[in-house]
Amino acid sequence: MDIETKREILTENYSNPYNKVDKEPTGNYIMENSSNDSCIDNINVYVDIEDNIIKDIKFTGEACAISTASTSIMIKNMIGMNLEDASKYIDNFTNMIYEKPYIDEHFEEALAFDETYKQGNRRTCATLPYRAIKKIIEDYKNNKNN
Amino acid sequence: MNRSDFSLLVNNKDIIYFDNGATTLKPKCVIDSIDDYYNNYSVNVHRGEYDLSFKADEIYNEARENVAKFINAKSNEIIFTSGTTDSINFVVDGFMKSYLHEGDEVLITYAEHASNVLPWFNLVNDIHIKVSYIPLDSNYHVTLDNVKKSITKNTKVISLAGITNVIGDVRPIKEICILAHKNNILVLEDGAQSVPHMKCDVKDSDVDFLCFSGHKMCGPTGIGVLYIKESLEDKLKPVRLGGGMNESFDSPSDICLKDAPIRYEAGTPNIAGIIGLNSAVKYLSSIGMDKIHEHECMLKTHLVKRLKEYKYIKLLNNINDSGIVSFNIDNIFSQDVGYYLNKYHICVRTGNHCAKILKYETNVTQTVRVSLYFYNTIEEIDKLCDLLSDYDKIRKEMII
Repeated sequence: MDIETKREILTENYSNPYNKVDKEPTGNYIMENSSNDSCIDNINVYVDIEDNIIKDIKFTGEACAISTASTSIMIKNMIGMNLEDASKYIDNFTNMIYEKPYIDEHFEEALAFDETYKQGNRRTCATLPYRAIKKIIEDYKNNKNN
Repeated sequence: MNRSDFSLLVNNKDIIYFDNGATTLKPKCVIDSIDDYYNNYSVNVHRGEYDLSFKADEIYNEARENVAKFINAKSNEIIFTSGTTDSINFVVDGFMKSYLHEGDEVLITYAEHASNVLPWFNLVNDIHIKVSYIPLDSNYHVTLDNVKKSITKNTKVISLAGITNVIGDVRPIKEICILAHKNNILVLEDGAQSVPHMKCDVKDSDVDFLCFSGHKMCGPTGIGVLYIKESLEDKLKPVRLGGGMNESFDSPSDICLKDAPIRYEAGTPNIAGIIGLNSAVKYLSSIGMDKIHEHECMLKTHLVKRLKEYKYIKLLNNINDSGIVSFNIDNIFSQDVGYYLNKYHICVRTGNHCAKILKYETNVTQTVRVSLYFYNTIEEIDKLCDLLSDYDKIRKEMII
């Protein structure tokens, strides 16, 4: 993917973030906050899981262009995934950001982040929503097992 | 001014450093003095009869004298700490915790740094004092009139930054002290942003406590100062006990401490830090604090004038006599502006700058902050402003 395409994807997702809402959604959503120590990115991620399938994801909050775009793209890609695939997707995306081996199936627009590892502290911006959804999935699985 | 004294600037011609409110660069003389200590006499102070220890003692004592002279204090009024945060916490834990009682009131403002908020919040929780806020005027400045109106019969302490770290306003500390002392109120100045940038004279201002950090005034990290007025020293309890600060001890009922300020500096002090701070105050004095302040104000005036040329730039603080300028660019997150400028090797701070309750006055949660020092230049400011002159370029390049 060339730099102009990446820039277009990220700008579009920053300007019109998918499923960004002003207020906490009603329904069976599990919420997790995610923030970065080094700046003031601060978002709440809401996930609706039914029968091990991610039915919906929304988010609220304030974050930089990279965090916002990353959240928007994550939501588009992860709605409809089962939890097993979702966990693999999160690990793969995180590996890509931290320059480790990864499988790029289902990444689509998320490939715009394939060189974010070169941008120092923007790695924490790109992974901001993933830390939240990972925790939600873990908590969901733990609660189910209990 | 004096750019050749800073190796970082000499060796990195493309770097423009505008984050002096966070920490300043270190001149060669400071680094050399620390290097000299570690290479040539890295022994403890107050410990031995040997020549090397005597040399360390001499410089250690000289540092206290020079720091005292720098703010026109007596050397026994200078306590070395790890920084402003440590100094304020020391005052709150070692003095205020027993001085204040339930219902007593401490006045601060919403513009204070976390270091001058959280220690007081702790006292609210621990001993049920009250923290109240002096309202700021339309420029987010503290006025004497607002201080006057905020004082109640319960007010015991006013704790304010000399210069705030986001708004950059210079507070009328001397006038506040006159008013406070008439009402038996103590005044603490958080000097983190004031002492490094303008002449501070504790005798003239009559402030009761002054807290500041070495690393924001060309000194090393990990060293700071608590100035406490001599007449109040009896009421300050040591918050750390151990070696160096005791005269003798035998049992819990038989402990004899040394005189101030040594009684407040338990354990091996940060000798290298103190030596570095000594060099820093000598260095700043050799330039002249008035000259430094004047240069920063000249730069700041130019910066504000240039930023005002662009209607999409919203300045938070047009009017102040310091080198701190905070602003936002329409519809761009401050961190993205910081990222964009970093591409051109310009270092600015973005975010809330630890002033997390300032939003209650400004309705702004984050800004881009340019904080200047004497080694900054008009050319650097022009380069910054040229980069900010093209809105579309910022929007394009802030992403990737």
